[in-house]
Amino acid sequence: MFFTILTGIIYPLLITGIAQVIFPAKANGSLIVINSRIIGSELIGQQFDSNIYFSSRPSAITYNPLPSGGSNYGLTNAKLKNLVIERKKQFIAFNKLDNLTDIPSEMLFASASGLDPHISPKAALLQVERIVKTRNFNDIQKQKLIQCIKDLKETPQFLCFGEERVNVLLLNLRLDEIK
Amino acid sequence: MTFQDIFQIALFFLLLIGLTPVLGNYMYKVFSGEKHIMLSVLGWLEKLTYKFTGVDSEEESNWKSYTFGLLMFNFIGFVFVFLIQLIQSHLPLNPANLPNVSWHSAFNTSVSFMTNTNWQGYAGETTLSYFVQMIGLTVQNFVSAATGIAVLLALIRGISRKTTDKLGNFWTDLTRSTLYVLIPLSILLAIVLVGQGVVQNFKTYDTVHTLQGAQQIIPMGPAASQIAIKQLGTNGGGFFNSNSAHPFENPTPFTNFLEMLAILLIPASLTYTYGKMVGSTRHGWTIFTVMMILFCAGLSISLYAEYSANPVFGHLHLMEGKETRFGIANSVLWSTSTTAASNGSVNAMHDSLSPISGMIAIINLMVGEVIFGGVGAGLYGMVIFIILTVFIAGLMVGRTPEYLGKKIQAFEVQMAIIAVLAPNFVILLFSAWASVSNAGLAGLNNAGPHGLTEILYAFSSAAGNNGSAFAGLNANTLFYNLSLGIGMLVGRFGVILPVMAIAGSMAGKKITPLSAGTFRTDNSLFIILLIGVILIVGGLTHFPALSLGPIIEHLLMNNGITF
Repeated sequence: MFFTILTGIIYPLLITGIAQVIFPAKANGSLIVINSRIIGSELIGQQFDSNIYFSSRPSAITYNPLPSGGSNYGLTNAKLKNLVIERKKQFIAFNKLDNLTDIPSEMLFASASGLDPHISPKAALLQVERIVKTRNFNDIQKQKLIQCIKDLKETPQFLCFGEERVNVLLLNLRLDEIK
Repeated sequence: MTFQDIFQIALFFLLLIGLTPVLGNYMYKVFSGEKHIMLSVLGWLEKLTYKFTGVDSEEESNWKSYTFGLLMFNFIGFVFVFLIQLIQSHLPLNPANLPNVSWHSAFNTSVSFMTNTNWQGYAGETTLSYFVQMIGLTVQNFVSAATGIAVLLALIRGISRKTTDKLGNFWTDLTRSTLYVLIPLSILLAIVLVGQGVVQNFKTYDTVHTLQGAQQIIPMGPAASQIAIKQLGTNGGGFFNSNSAHPFENPTPFTNFLEMLAILLIPASLTYTYGKMVGSTRHGWTIFTVMMILFCAGLSISLYAEYSANPVFGHLHLMEGKETRFGIANSVLWSTSTTAASNGSVNAMHDSLSPISGMIAIINLMVGEVIFGGVGAGLYGMVIFIILTVFIAGLMVGRTPEYLGKKIQAFEVQMAIIAVLAPNFVILLFSAWASVSNAGLAGLNNAGPHGLTEILYAFSSAAGNNGSAFAGLNANTLFYNLSLGIGMLVGRFGVILPVMAIAGSMAGKKITPLSAGTFRTDNSLFIILLIGVILIVGGLTHFPALSLGPIIEHLLMNNGITF
């Protein structure tokens, strides 16, 4: 009983109190609000399949967070094999790439949470030509777009932790701002 | 692998080795009642706890009443968590209006959190209210870890004391490990986690309007406080369904690193505490070395398997079930850490690991969770293997086996064998049952040998009190909820009871002084023997089952065969 009060009520409330004072935005989900509408959370990926946006990773739950999860397919599962072949074909056709293009692995395989907000910078660059075409961008706008990818590229944290990546939602928000 | 991958792994090991004596020494002071820094900060709370609960902190008990106190405490915790799930819709803090949980799922979950397994048959964000998560699960996260430490402390006293039946006071041990070790570390970790983006609030789920004009409902909750203790207490039960792969649970590579370190921190440091308490820090480091060797061997094989080319896809890096921000190296380091320690949280889906990586994870579970293992539990499991090793070595040279001056006799060896066999019995018997019954096969997500591995993994995870899963298996059914629940109980108390009996029996013995004829337990010969016993007794038992699961899957995959 005493432990329940201490670890079940006082401890979480203490952390909530500290968190809400020091890091209010982060403790509340790193939400992005534009014109008083919540557009999304910086940390939670969104489904992007429209040809005017950078595509996000395949997701076993189509980015519906209730509940989160992966495909849980084993590597000898024929469904996974067929899905990967299909996704590869589609990515090449959608972005009008050469058939032999080396497509980054994260664009062919679904993530663990189904909510992965990132893709690799390489996967973003492969989509630039398609977006330039669908949005009728001129050369200056195209350069701006490539600059956006460079700006948003997250290098390994503190120089050593994790992988290079770009947040797709933030990138698409910047894309909408290019005039 | 890149240089940066190797650097991250090296840094991980360096910090682990460096922090072991620091935290180990601190815990030594806490548990042996010496002065330590937190005493001035939280000492009043300890006194208040005893006053409130009416515990006499000086009174010591024998092994039977110590065990009885432990069992009663755990049983009450179980009943409480079970009941609040059944009536959660009538309780406060349920902004998503989640309905009551089914009785068998509630049974499974409450057993799971009481036994420090934290197997999850349910999905957090769509099943449990904030109230249950906090007052039920967060509490059990703390006390199940503290229970593990308490059992270890009783065992240590049994070994280091002579001709007595007193093993200490369960309530004092429980209170001190919670107050001075688990709470301060959790507070620190939780605050850093929030600073990186882990959520900590009591809001209703947010509805967002995505850029493409769709709607997305984003679950919220007091996550950081629970995640900190689930990592530190080798619990592993995620606040959200995808556990530490969820961006709200593990938002950045830095949180990933800290959460990984938190998995192994306490189990590793306890080896130092153990050495110091039984009077030989060298012996403590010997145990640490054995754990480290087994850990590194598993990690190397697992990394090799994940970075090898795969003929089915022809791709070098398989990102199925992995997050972009962590990549391959961090996913594999995590999968090895979480299964070696009986943590069970995941940052990548183990079901989608390559067959050999998955097998390393499963072997870590099958050897009885002694490669660092659960908080307290890993080390007392290791002592069981040490007793067997000393016994076998004694047989080889024809001397009465001794461990740290205590004679190892028939009773101790019998108890040690029960503790080794109980979890293995669960794994093999229940897996066999599940693979031939319709109820068991109905849950499978993958065909072929991978399906068998899913079942084998589930029962190994339950019996080892790990809690990670080949999550494709749909285990939220009557069959799995009950069989896994029983498996977890046997895996936990089928080891705790023999360990407590050994502690009681050892405490009553005299200590024989060291002599030239004593078999040493702190040199490289002992390290080799102990590793041999762990692999033969713990590992070979399961070789036939493994060869039908991951090994054959690996061979088929290399021939490009799918199911």
